Amino acid sequence: MTTAAAAAPAAAPAVPREAPGFWRRFLRKRLAVASLVVIVVIYGTGLLAPWVAPYSFRHQDLGNTFAGPSREHPLGTDRLGRDVLSRLIWSAQTTVIVSACSLLLGGLALGVGLGLLAGYAGGRADNLIMRLGDVLFALPDIMLLLLITATVRPRVDAFFRDFERWSGIGGIRESGAPDYVLIFGALSLFSWVGMARVVRSQVLALRESEFVLAARALGASTWQVLVRHLLPNVSPLVIVAATGILGTAAGAEVALSFLGIGVQPPHPSFGVMIIENAGPRNMLAHPNLLFVPAAVVGLLLVAFAFLGDALNDLLSPRRR
Amino acid sequence: MTRAGLWPYILRRLLWAPLVLFLVSLIAFALGRFGPGDPVRVLAGQHRDPEVIEEIRRERGLDENFFVQYGRYMAGVLHGDLGTSFRYQGLPVWEVIKPRLWVTFQYNLVALVLVFALGIPAGVWAALHQGSWRDPFVIGLLLAFAAIPVLVMVPVLQFVFALKLRWLPVGGWEPRELFGFLELGILSKNIVIPLLALTLPGLAGVARLVRAQVLEVLGEDYVRTARAKGLDEFVVVTRHVLRNALLPVATLMGFALVGLLSGSIFLETLLGIPGIGSYAVEAVNARDYDGIMALVLLTGAAFVVANLVVDVLYAFIDPRVRLGAEAHA
Repeated sequence: MTTAAAAAPAAAPAVPREAPGFWRRFLRKRLAVASLVVIVVIYGTGLLAPWVAPYSFRHQDLGNTFAGPSREHPLGTDRLGRDVLSRLIWSAQTTVIVSACSLLLGGLALGVGLGLLAGYAGGRADNLIMRLGDVLFALPDIMLLLLITATVRPRVDAFFRDFERWSGIGGIRESGAPDYVLIFGALSLFSWVGMARVVRSQVLALRESEFVLAARALGASTWQVLVRHLLPNVSPLVIVAATGILGTAAGAEVALSFLGIGVQPPHPSFGVMIIENAGPRNMLAHPNLLFVPAAVVGLLLVAFAFLGDALNDLLSPRRR
Repeated sequence: MTRAGLWPYILRRLLWAPLVLFLVSLIAFALGRFGPGDPVRVLAGQHRDPEVIEEIRRERGLDENFFVQYGRYMAGVLHGDLGTSFRYQGLPVWEVIKPRLWVTFQYNLVALVLVFALGIPAGVWAALHQGSWRDPFVIGLLLAFAAIPVLVMVPVLQFVFALKLRWLPVGGWEPRELFGFLELGILSKNIVIPLLALTLPGLAGVARLVRAQVLEVLGEDYVRTARAKGLDEFVVVTRHVLRNALLPVATLMGFALVGLLSGSIFLETLLGIPGIGSYAVEAVNARDYDGIMALVLLTGAAFVVANLVVDVLYAFIDPRVRLGAEAHA
């Protein structure tokens, strides 16, 4: 197994060596399989948004607002005559971008990195990292997320404006990228802790094992030991933590956008769609505009919960 | 491990609390000061002239060095002065927050009680039905409730119970006076939707822990003995099983409180409840510096205290925690 392939199990639920017959046992859990299908469909739709969405998320038809379902607009149109189905698909893209980037930055880069470091180096580095994690874990994260996204936004915006001017690449801000960076950056500050704890405890258990000692005796560098020998062996529980991070990030993006400090209109988000159409009057007049995105959000987050639960059952050693 | 290990452990946890609060306050203060928007201009009104703005700035000490401002603010906090609200025309922050804190506290407390009052029986019931479809069904249902965010749950409840069935008001907060001095909002029908939206997601955590505990205790010898003596199953469960299974459940208290407080932000925004959740959103949007600081400090303190209580409870219940803490401290 090459190092590149060894790192892969952390991202994709490949068959972990430690759990023989993983897929067979997974497929027996019907609810978990259904959850995985829901997640794959929503994420797949989001990834393919540019090809499958019938309209752009900006496309307005002010002569055709609040339209019911029709052949042109399968789910109708909203108060600006925008196609609801297309808005949903583009919102799924927002979910994919924010949660995948949170996973890459917070979960894999920070979480796995700091977890490996804390577990392997031990001593002062371990103490510093884990206490920092304790502090972050003990904080009212929603309050701080509110504060961070509200106050740091102009700086991120200014940074991208300068970058566009300096590099000559246009359209970065137009694409909504600064919002995404802001959201997954802020989420990553908090999301690494769980992952780091999982990885650290596994590394602690493996650090003194014979194959690591053997590798060290053969002259392997710290880096080689970490990446070649320890990383491939921490895989199963990392998958559980990664699923958790994806679900949490997806939910947090919706929540922040709902409060008006996440993704900014006209860029679409499930949270924006929900808040735009909430309130008794809107709800009575056009319940579909509120409940279609709400149902997608509910379905996605419930699917993440069920999937995470099933994976935890299958992969955590105690319960087997 | 002897009891002697307990006090050093508690002391160590206690020493952490001020440090955490110090870090949080510094970060929050910096974010507020370096953030965008200028509340002074808002305060000065439409026909502001530069001199007035300067005057206000000097009056509020906003023209000074960051650390001087921070030091002065924190000195005030330690003397019980949480600063002055920009949003509410110079009212002391404490005056703005106090009535709102009371509102949020009331229904959060009721929700907390409900979470345990309903979660514990649900967990016991699931454990007693292990092996039948009822156990995974109930646990799965509660897990689904826990996953659905408040911002989805509330509109659904509003639509069904307020708009379609017309059983409940669609939102708002109606305080009633009790004994002439107690303003209680939890006596009106308006409270049903908030309580449902907060309680349902909280049940899963309690029910699952209770279920696991009960299953563990059910396997113990003394339970078999009790049954062998011919005791009624109800007596076995209430007297022998629950007494031993429920102790660790107390540690969920802090965790549950945290979840409720986070949910309050969305709940109050959607339902127009004048608590600290809706004020948090308002304060962040209006750059009400001192208000934000007060909220961060208050919630931070609540979280730290809740975590502390949980840690200490754990240490009391499970001596291994103390050992582990010493091993890596």
